[in-house]
Amino acid sequence: MKLNPAQIFIGAFLINNVLLFRFLGLCPFFGVSTAVSTAVGMSAAVMFVMLLASWVTWILFNTVLAPLGIVFLRTAVFILVIASLVQFVEMFLKKYVRALYSSMGIYLPLITTNCAILGVTFLNIDYRFNLLQSTVFAVGSGLGFGLVIVLFAAIRERLEYAPISGSFKGYPISFVAASLVSLAFYGFAGLFGVSL
Amino acid sequence: MRKKPPRLKYFTSGIVLENPLLILMIGLCPALATTASARDGFGMGIAASFVLICSNIVVSLVRRWVPSSIRIPIFIIIISSFVTIADYALQAYQPGLYQVLGIFIPLIVVNCMILGRAEGFAYTHGVIDSILDALGKSIGFTLALGLMGIIRELFAAGTVFGFPVTPAGFREQPVLFMIFPPGAFLLIGVLKSIINKLTVKKET
Repeated sequence: MKLNPAQIFIGAFLINNVLLFRFLGLCPFFGVSTAVSTAVGMSAAVMFVMLLASWVTWILFNTVLAPLGIVFLRTAVFILVIASLVQFVEMFLKKYVRALYSSMGIYLPLITTNCAILGVTFLNIDYRFNLLQSTVFAVGSGLGFGLVIVLFAAIRERLEYAPISGSFKGYPISFVAASLVSLAFYGFAGLFGVSL
Repeated sequence: MRKKPPRLKYFTSGIVLENPLLILMIGLCPALATTASARDGFGMGIAASFVLICSNIVVSLVRRWVPSSIRIPIFIIIISSFVTIADYALQAYQPGLYQVLGIFIPLIVVNCMILGRAEGFAYTHGVIDSILDALGKSIGFTLALGLMGIIRELFAAGTVFGFPVTPAGFREQPVLFMIFPPGAFLLIGVLKSIINKLTVKKET
């Protein structure tokens, strides 16, 4: 894959947005996007763990799994690594960085089963990215996740007060709103000639 | 409380009343990403069903030896073994489908439905009950994915499982919107609203 870091970043951030086009991490998307403040905390935690997890899994895959020829263990190893990483980050923040822990600590346990994190680590391997490209891809995906979830939380805060007919209240109207946001993001397709 | 609960209920509840996707809203990612055609939807549903049934059986078999403090990592290892089997089996026998489903096959491992059934049901029930529960939930999930696949394929290509069912004029100018991500969001929103309408009527 011959893409420069800027193209990878734009591709992951806007064009193939991790939530709207890859459909990764939809559970937290609809779960915590009810208020802007929780959406910010969640997306900060996701960005942080996504970057760490990309580094750890990339290094592990290319120094242990691939040379030993045990690539088939990828799924099991990655999910366990991410689960223990999340646990470790949580303990570390609780002990040493109280301010950060109080703002994003409660979202950390939810992240283990966030398919955006695991999905991005798989994609890093499938696209055969090097470490720099993986870093850029993880940062771009994390920011893209944050952008959409915060935007969408703002929309849902307005939806609370909108007159919506009975059967569309709650989830259905959120899905329709997500459809429109997703349609709007199609405007970015082909930006700077990037398609990933 | 009856002494012996009717076991059939474990089976039937998953199909309609506790449908994982359309009622409980679990497993949204594969439901939206892999239902661009009927074949993809059913394929994903069957792959997830295989993992769910196998992991439920194994978890209910080994539950006596699993200490509750480390049960989640053990469940994850059991589930990921079956996910790996499904991953490689599809790669070998259905390469076309494997290409389309892509990373959503390995991502079955973080599908909340499967870990949820292991934790919430198989860990506290016997093998037979766990199999019935897994079968019911699997059928419900597969049918929901298949339904979405059929509807999206019908609108976006005028076909179902590749067989043309609409007039030729429609197939020349189909509603391509439905095959793209916005169409997936819209469809699940409309389906959910129909279900809300039906369930509210039942209650009153």
